[in-house]
Amino acid sequence: MCGAPSQDTLDQTLPVGVDPATATILQGRVVRSGEPVPSAYVRLLDRSGDFTAEVVSSATGAFRFYAAPGRWTIRALSPAGAGEQSVDAGTGFTETVIDLV
Amino acid sequence: MSRADVLVSADWAEQNLGQPGIVFVEVDEDVSAYDKGHLAGAVKLDWKAELQDQVRRDFVGKEQFERLLSSKGVSADDTVVLYGGNNNWFAAYAYWYLKLYGHRDVRLLDGGRKKWELDSRPLTEEVTPRPPTRYRAAEQDTSIRAFRDEVIAAIGTKNLIDVRSPDEFAGRLLAPAHLPQEQAQRAGHIPTALNVPWAKAANEDGTFKSDDELRALYAGAGLHEGKETIAYCRIGERSSHTWFALHELLGQQRVKNYDGSWTEYGSLVGVPIEKEV
Repeated sequence: MCGAPSQDTLDQTLPVGVDPATATILQGRVVRSGEPVPSAYVRLLDRSGDFTAEVVSSATGAFRFYAAPGRWTIRALSPAGAGEQSVDAGTGFTETVIDLV
Repeated sequence: MSRADVLVSADWAEQNLGQPGIVFVEVDEDVSAYDKGHLAGAVKLDWKAELQDQVRRDFVGKEQFERLLSSKGVSADDTVVLYGGNNNWFAAYAYWYLKLYGHRDVRLLDGGRKKWELDSRPLTEEVTPRPPTRYRAAEQDTSIRAFRDEVIAAIGTKNLIDVRSPDEFAGRLLAPAHLPQEQAQRAGHIPTALNVPWAKAANEDGTFKSDDELRALYAGAGLHEGKETIAYCRIGERSSHTWFALHELLGQQRVKNYDGSWTEYGSLVGVPIEKEV
């Protein structure tokens, strides 16, 4: 199931041209009771709460965004529940776990 | 024209799967999504491989479009119901594209794949073949398509509506954040453009907001109803979503989609750009 860009390759390498020395990469996993949640709709909201992007979590619950340094909120929605987490991201990788309730 | 003529609910879609004269068509940014499951009987349209000329940057010509829809088994008098991922971005793009070539009855499935999946409605991997047709298209209706010179001339005179996220509008990002950010073009927006992100027209489940909410949204943002409107985004798919809201749901007549959008404008030599400092 995949209504937005596939995240199936996330456990592998970054796309060609993405340099973690200059890019701001927000990534992580969607879980419920410790178990990964695939096919969750994961959206990235900016500091004003405006939509910036949405992806669908991979078979292992993984997601990834390419953004800019700053404060972001990641919100996940699935038939299994919803959850969100705010993060302060800088250059490089920022890892987050979104717990659905 | 009313909302019911252009937008169908998931309930309506589920009840009308397989009905003669109704063709469900899936269009996704992730072109592999259809293969992993789709609405029963739906056909797939690839926005990149099938709707774009594969050499120069433009749409396929009228005859190529006729061959494409004929091979998909779509007739000119069929009701085409479009749906897809990414909150229907590319389904709305295909909707606008079919209207450009004069298809009479096109509708969007409200909420697209997302609403369908969140409702846990059935998907199938089975592909149902459709017999080929002899599809006839009209010449492109350029009253709904804007080109770059018209966009430059619209600065300060027509409504320009930039439907990208606030960070793209401000020039902090160059693409939606599910895509890598390294791009060739300059960042920012067309001077005098209003920023009304496409997402403000949609609910969290991907369905469109009510007509009253949409009217309040665009009026509140300063869109002047007496003027012509040109909507743009990065490549023209999110602005198709807003074109649909303005032209199809609210019935505003003089609304165009600028499919060249920021990937064209932000690469032009010598045009004015505004950027947040």
